Amino acid sequence: MLRYIARRLLLTIPLLVGISLVSFLMMHMAPGGPIGAGTDMNPKATAESRARLKAYYGLDQPLHVQYGRWLGRMATLDFGDSFSPDGRPVAEKIKERIPITLTINVLSMGLIFLVAIPVGVTSAVRRGSLFDRISTVAVFTGFAIPTFWLALLMMILFGVRLGWLPISGISSLDYESLGTLGKIADRGRHLVLPVLLAGFGGLAGMSRYMRSNMLEVIRQDYIATARAKGLPEGTVIFRHAMRNALLPVITILGLSVPDLLGGSVIFETIFAIPGMGQLFYQGVMSRDYPLIMGILTIGAFLTLLGNLLADVGYALADPRIRQG
Amino acid sequence: MNGSRSTGSDFARRLLRNRLAAAGGAVILFFFLLSALPGVFSSHEPNRIDIVNILHPPSASHPLGTDDLGRDVLARVVYGARVSLKVGFVAVGIATALGLFVGLLSGFYGGWVDAVLMRFVDMMLCFPTFFLILSVIAFLEPSIWNIMVVIGLTGWMGVARLVRAETLSIKERDFVAAARAQGAGAARIIFRHVLPNTLAPILVAATLGVAGAILTESALSFLGIGVQPPTPSWGNILTAGKDNIEYAWWLSLFPGLAILVTVLGYNLLGEGIRDAADPRLKGR
Amino acid sequence: MMESLRRAVLPSIALFLLLASCGGGKPESAGKGAPVSDVPAYGDAIVEGSIGDVSGFLTAVTTDASSHEAAGYVFNGLVRYDKNLKLEGELAESWEISPDGKRITFHLRKGVKWHDGAPFTSDDVMFTYRRMIDPRTPTAYGEDFKQVRRAAAPDPHTFVVEYARPFAPALASWGMHVLPKHLLEKYPDISKSPLNKKPVGTGPYRFVEWKTGEKVVFHVSPDYFEGKPYIARVISRVIPDQATMFLELKSGGVDIMTLTPPQYVRQTETAEFKKSFNKYKYTASGYTYLGFRLSHPFFRDKRVRQAIAHAADKKALIDGVLLGLGQEATGPYKPGTWAFNPGVKKYPHDPARAKALLADAGWKEKDGVLVKDGQPFEFTVLTNAGNDARAKTAAILQQNLAEVGVRMKIRTVEWAAFINEFIDKRKFDAVILGWNITPDPDQFDIWHSSKTGPKELNHVGFANPEVDRLLDEGRSTFDLEKRKNAYFRIQEILAEEQPYVFLYVPEALPVVNNRFRGIVPAPAGITYNFIKWYVPAALRKHKITP
Repeated sequence: MLRYIARRLLLTIPLLVGISLVSFLMMHMAPGGPIGAGTDMNPKATAESRARLKAYYGLDQPLHVQYGRWLGRMATLDFGDSFSPDGRPVAEKIKERIPITLTINVLSMGLIFLVAIPVGVTSAVRRGSLFDRISTVAVFTGFAIPTFWLALLMMILFGVRLGWLPISGISSLDYESLGTLGKIADRGRHLVLPVLLAGFGGLAGMSRYMRSNMLEVIRQDYIATARAKGLPEGTVIFRHAMRNALLPVITILGLSVPDLLGGSVIFETIFAIPGMGQLFYQGVMSRDYPLIMGILTIGAFLTLLGNLLADVGYALADPRIRQG
Repeated sequence: MNGSRSTGSDFARRLLRNRLAAAGGAVILFFFLLSALPGVFSSHEPNRIDIVNILHPPSASHPLGTDDLGRDVLARVVYGARVSLKVGFVAVGIATALGLFVGLLSGFYGGWVDAVLMRFVDMMLCFPTFFLILSVIAFLEPSIWNIMVVIGLTGWMGVARLVRAETLSIKERDFVAAARAQGAGAARIIFRHVLPNTLAPILVAATLGVAGAILTESALSFLGIGVQPPTPSWGNILTAGKDNIEYAWWLSLFPGLAILVTVLGYNLLGEGIRDAADPRLKGR
Repeated sequence: MMESLRRAVLPSIALFLLLASCGGGKPESAGKGAPVSDVPAYGDAIVEGSIGDVSGFLTAVTTDASSHEAAGYVFNGLVRYDKNLKLEGELAESWEISPDGKRITFHLRKGVKWHDGAPFTSDDVMFTYRRMIDPRTPTAYGEDFKQVRRAAAPDPHTFVVEYARPFAPALASWGMHVLPKHLLEKYPDISKSPLNKKPVGTGPYRFVEWKTGEKVVFHVSPDYFEGKPYIARVISRVIPDQATMFLELKSGGVDIMTLTPPQYVRQTETAEFKKSFNKYKYTASGYTYLGFRLSHPFFRDKRVRQAIAHAADKKALIDGVLLGLGQEATGPYKPGTWAFNPGVKKYPHDPARAKALLADAGWKEKDGVLVKDGQPFEFTVLTNAGNDARAKTAAILQQNLAEVGVRMKIRTVEWAAFINEFIDKRKFDAVILGWNITPDPDQFDIWHSSKTGPKELNHVGFANPEVDRLLDEGRSTFDLEKRKNAYFRIQEILAEEQPYVFLYVPEALPVVNNRFRGIVPAPAGITYNFIKWYVPAALRKHKITP
């Protein structure tokens, strides 16, 4: 097992180098410079002060020198200082934004699991039934509806009309004065809409995957054997079929990491959530190279990590792989 | 299994029997018609500004109301269909072509070519696609061509993997080995044997890809870097509608529904194709 | 100075070329709340909605409006603009300008303390000046301070600066926030100091916390030198989406924000809305223009530019883009201010006149498009992506120009690329952009022929010897009458030459929850007397005591 994990880890190293190279090159092929947005159109910013800013940020170095620096620091998760006027280390900025993004993603993944598996299994078992058709349309609707539109509609309904839930942000003004339970409740109320939304959007992938896995398994010989032995249908489905159908779902969890991260740009912007997606969007709009490279790399790390965990989990659950 | 390759008519029959897929297909056809013959559906010009009639609710002369510059929403949604579908199709065309190329190359030649290409695919798959698209679009400029190209260039990896797997498995089969032994060239093998076998899964991937590209464009529009006004796209009409969502519901409802219904349609059709093409499900 | 994507949320008086607001205004529905005893009371909190996050609190090293606004609660300058946009003392009690106009002597307030208790003295001002000219300070505002030939702090409450020659914008430049020497001395680069994240100033509010991307919190400074402000707490919340922010306002999550014209005109006219909110409206300090690259063969001819000015339907722009909430721009100054010349040549919407001018210039109509020397009149206008008003402006102008046979294509580019690749490299035919108008009328950098180099601000390449001379004249005297004459003449020349077609000056449209009282609109907007705003005790919402 350990050897399997070690080998799996070794395989990620070339990927990491490739990721750093791609993200770095991509940013530097882009036209324009990072000093732009703030000072360029300012009549009080002379050519001289701009040159000063440029030297200050190290942009006057040749590209390969900049990449060398970048790679060396990447190993220690030091992505350099942000180009934005606060000039704070990128790693620090990402660190304070990542927990909320991960929280929402993990919660919505849990929600997806809770809903998608029963839905997928049921529609597979009753393939072609009314339930199958309705659930198919329902889960695809979640995928098909533009997130920001649905978000606003939900805000209007639950926030303005009914007044049940806060509209945006992640905590109330009096958050600091609340007790531990109060804090949890307050944070929870703020996260209901974003998590529901992210979950609704991701339902389709998981439930359809579950459904087709289940269909696949049901056709297998051993299920037929189990049925032939006269076992009750419930036992056949839940004891035998579902266990085997669930296994590959572990891998798709790893694969859904990049999609969820990408989606966070939209719902963090609309819900005013200070997470990594919003930070990335701001970085892109102000050409904050170190920040963009940092988040792209961290995003790729997280995806790799997700895949790794999924593979290891799969290996743990399925002994055939361990030998491989 | 090679003997059970379904014939075209078989496939079509199974597809049509799937009512959801048929409905999806009908929706898609409808919007195709809409974008092919916009003049039939709307007598207004999509970019004709009329500042006297700003944000008018639906009426006889403007069945879906007017937008924040007095333009006819029906006309904009109809012409927007053209733009949004174009984004979907060109992006998917690029992704499919690239995916096919890489997949065939990798699967057919194997060895280090395969190793290098597949590591590259692995690497590309690690980046959250929307992050990639966002940075590239913002660095170039949000023109419709850039959007299509970037969505295409970040969406080919799935197809490549699919084609490679299929190529590998087909390459090993007896009839292909026989054809090779008889001196059939690579091109002949690819066109005669590999492509027909990969057609269905590619079609499924492409159908879902079109849906995804339409959604991506609308997300980019929300961030202000999608197809730029005055060119109408469903995404930017919806974005213009969002700021007036409570007052001028018609400005967000109709483009929103258009996106919803179209993306839903493509997904249902894609699923239908997948099911219909799966010979093992034939009996059910 | 040029408006970026980041819209400022609260129009306030900025000294540094970000934004400033002006013009008289009346609250639309002031005081329609429930009858309560309208007595100033201490307490409560105000929540501002802000599109962008703060990037730092030291204004010397930040350039975005959100940061400058937040810093304004904590820091003071030597001078500031009052409600009528006249300079008045803030940390300086008074000042004298020597008869030759070269020396300014500031007399500083006594007894002012930094929030940590240390006394404020002329050493701090001297320190600020030194840091502004220090190459290690990554500031965009060093230029004005480099004009200083000599600075001195003869005693703790006097600060003297001397210029090589009279320099009119100098006085306003001392609105730069004064930095605490005792806290910053040991940091060679102030942008890297902890103070940029946790500011300590002399202003009406003390910094409490900054949760990046979420909010900034300030608490009242009880011993503020102009008197303790009534409102105990200020919270600035980051809400990146305009639609979300408006929903927050309506549900009570935000107390003050800036409305868009459709929100102002269409969505806030209900009795229910007016019951809880006061809307305000006053001329914003900025204008939108269509600028030509003057070296372009089409636009070299003055008649062509004048024709386009006649073709542009400014009334339609104001009605369509601003829903009537704005006025026609005729030059680069704000209507109603002392430098504004109301008597310049105007260009009413007149397609026939436009066609005649174009015909004079040699353009002949052929199949609905003008042609000259076999070349159709077709050009591309550039504007930045994501700016709704500019996109609409472009769409309307496109239609206006089509009416006179000119084909205008629209191209939108994301802001940073727009500036770096097109504006700075002069790769454009025409642009739609906006400038903010600073209270001081010196626009040397925008119009002087020496400022046409790459990356400089005269991006249209305007060169006129008389304007050059007048710009120089206008900035090198403190004599208001002389300055006024110079700027009036400049506006006449600009109106005749039309290097820009000046399009419109929009209205600033702030809205405030009506539990807040004491708001008195003035030419400077509404926030100039923020420390006098209050919530009557009966209407208090948050139990926060000073």
